[in-house]
Amino acid sequence: MNIAFSILTVVVIGLIPWIGTTAVNLQYLFGIIIPYAAVIIFLLGVVYRIVKWGKSPTPFRIPTTCGQQKTLPWIKQNRIENPSNVVGVIIRMALEILAFRSLFRTTRAELKEGPRLAYGGFPWLWLAALVFHYAFLTVVIRHLRFFLDPVPFFIAWLARLDGLLEVGLPVYMLSGFALFAAVSYLFIRRVVVPQLRYISLAADYFPLFLILCIAGTGILMRYFFKVDVISVRELAVSLAGFQPKLPDNGIGGVSYLFYMHLFYVSVLVAYFPFSKLMHSGGIFLSPTRNLANTNRAVRHINPWNYPVKVHTYAEYEDDFREQMKEAQIPVERD
Amino acid sequence: MYDSGKIIAGLVIFIILITFPFWYNHGKASIAPDRVLPKDQKECVEEISYMTSSHMQLLNDWRTSVVRDTNRIYKNKKGKTFSMSLTNTCLDCHSSKADFCDKCHNYLAVVPYCWECHLTEKGNP
Ligand code: HEC
Ligand code: HEC
Ligand code: HEC
Ligand code: HEM
Repeated sequence: MNIAFSILTVVVIGLIPWIGTTAVNLQYLFGIIIPYAAVIIFLLGVVYRIVKWGKSPTPFRIPTTCGQQKTLPWIKQNRIENPSNVVGVIIRMALEILAFRSLFRTTRAELKEGPRLAYGGFPWLWLAALVFHYAFLTVVIRHLRFFLDPVPFFIAWLARLDGLLEVGLPVYMLSGFALFAAVSYLFIRRVVVPQLRYISLAADYFPLFLILCIAGTGILMRYFFKVDVISVRELAVSLAGFQPKLPDNGIGGVSYLFYMHLFYVSVLVAYFPFSKLMHSGGIFLSPTRNLANTNRAVRHINPWNYPVKVHTYAEYEDDFREQMKEAQIPVERD
Repeated sequence: MYDSGKIIAGLVIFIILITFPFWYNHGKASIAPDRVLPKDQKECVEEISYMTSSHMQLLNDWRTSVVRDTNRIYKNKKGKTFSMSLTNTCLDCHSSKADFCDKCHNYLAVVPYCWECHLTEKGNP
């Protein structure tokens, strides 16, 4: 049901620009207005979500149980798992963001002979996630050749590295296929494992299908139904320079494939702030990762405490000075 | 907002990164590369729209055909025949690689590796 709904949605999203640029000439809408609108929604949406998260109080430091915290000098501290200063936190965050360290801890329960229940490491999810994210990043950086004028030198290097096999013409870019394969794995995983299928919602399938469609249309466009990439760059540079202009002779080739690609990207970008994809911003704000464990070293005041009305000793003395003197109780101030 | 200094700094970095193409290009109009087309010829191997977008696929077919099948004659859709050769055919009409091929390729930072072996001038060195 969730799967069917998501598939139907991406099919409809694909049909819209196809009809919009073949049956009716709405190139201006799909090539210029929608991409700009998507970027605006993306930026405002992400800022809104992050500010909203920032408004919730930071809880008491949550020490992770995976490492020894700082304690007596002769007990060795695990400085990365359980840091007590900023440097440790930065290392922990960097490893989390760049290497998905906590995802590597995924385990799987298995019933072995005996019967004996065993928990083993399960690196495949971690590996597929890593491949997916880095392939996506590489593809996006390579795409900057459409937008930046002049094209920075490192983009040609990256393309060279990515096309290292020098197979086919245009040269096969490994990252595009890696992206497609990794997303396919992430989808199949949700369908094949019954527990996962049970907890998967349309909001889990939809982004996967969307990215699958983006990569799919991109691959079709590069290797099978060529479009005029020069015109694509003309359009993209004009968008980035705020002088939007459709290329004079259209996109050429089977241009609706390009508009489909662009529309899928626009939908992804506009949907981003309202979806689980916001984990990319959220990871920076995860309290179990970004707070040093200084629970015992520093006094932490609960941020949502109401202001407690206190009556200090000095004030108490002021109230009762005369009586205290009469009763010959020593006072600090006369 | 809690930790507002750090969060706002993070958001500013994020926005600068995302809008980087806009800063980088600031208001540059987009100009198509001015490649020099052959003056004495009217038609390419295939029709122009196909050549503009798919010339690398044609070259790939030519390469396969010559190197694997030892077939050096290409017949186009109109029935005209060409000898399948990168230097001797393509660069015969498009005599200057720098004014034609490179114009487009530099525009998009495409660096075909063909010229590591193939000559850009006709004739034996
Ligand atoms: C209209 C502009 C244009 C002209 C003129 C042009 N090319 Fe290209 N060429 C391109 C584009 C754009 C690509 C990249 C296509 C892509 O990345 O999908 C390309 C890619 C290639 C590739 C594949 C490179 C790779 O690494 O994938 C080869 C080979 C190639 N061109 C050969 C030539 C030759 C030889 C000439 C001159 C006879 C030439 N091209 C003229 C635009 C042009
Ligand atoms: C018979 C001469 C001739 C040969 C051989 C030839 N071309 Fe062309 N080519 C032309 C002409 C003439 C045009 C311009 C056609 C037009 O304007 O309709 C052209 C156009 C092109 C374009 C499109 C340029 C643009 O600005 O969009 C490309 C790319 C191209 N040729 C590549 C090649 C490649 C690669 C080969 C070798 C496989 C080749 N040509 C062989 C004469 C030739
Ligand atoms: C490692 C060296 C090398 C590289 C790099 C190379 N080729 Fe070749 N190519 C050859 C050799 C050797 C032949 C065979 C020549 C012959 O039999 O006439 C050939 C033949 C060809 C032919 C047919 C014959 C001719 O005269 O052109 C084409 C077309 C061709 N290559 C295209 C390409 C293209 C396009 C690229 C770049 C994407 C490329 N080659 C890169 C070595 C190379
Ligand atoms: C989320 C962002 C995007 C992703 C993940 C993505 C993905 C891909 C992939 C996987 C390919 C296959 C070829 C390759 O590996 O390079 C591709 C090709 C392509 N994409 Fe994208 N794309 C994105 C955004 C865009 C945008 C915004 C444009 C508009 C300018 C665009 C235009 C193209 C074009 C023209 C091709 C064909 C390239 C060629 O022939 O070399 N893409 N895309």
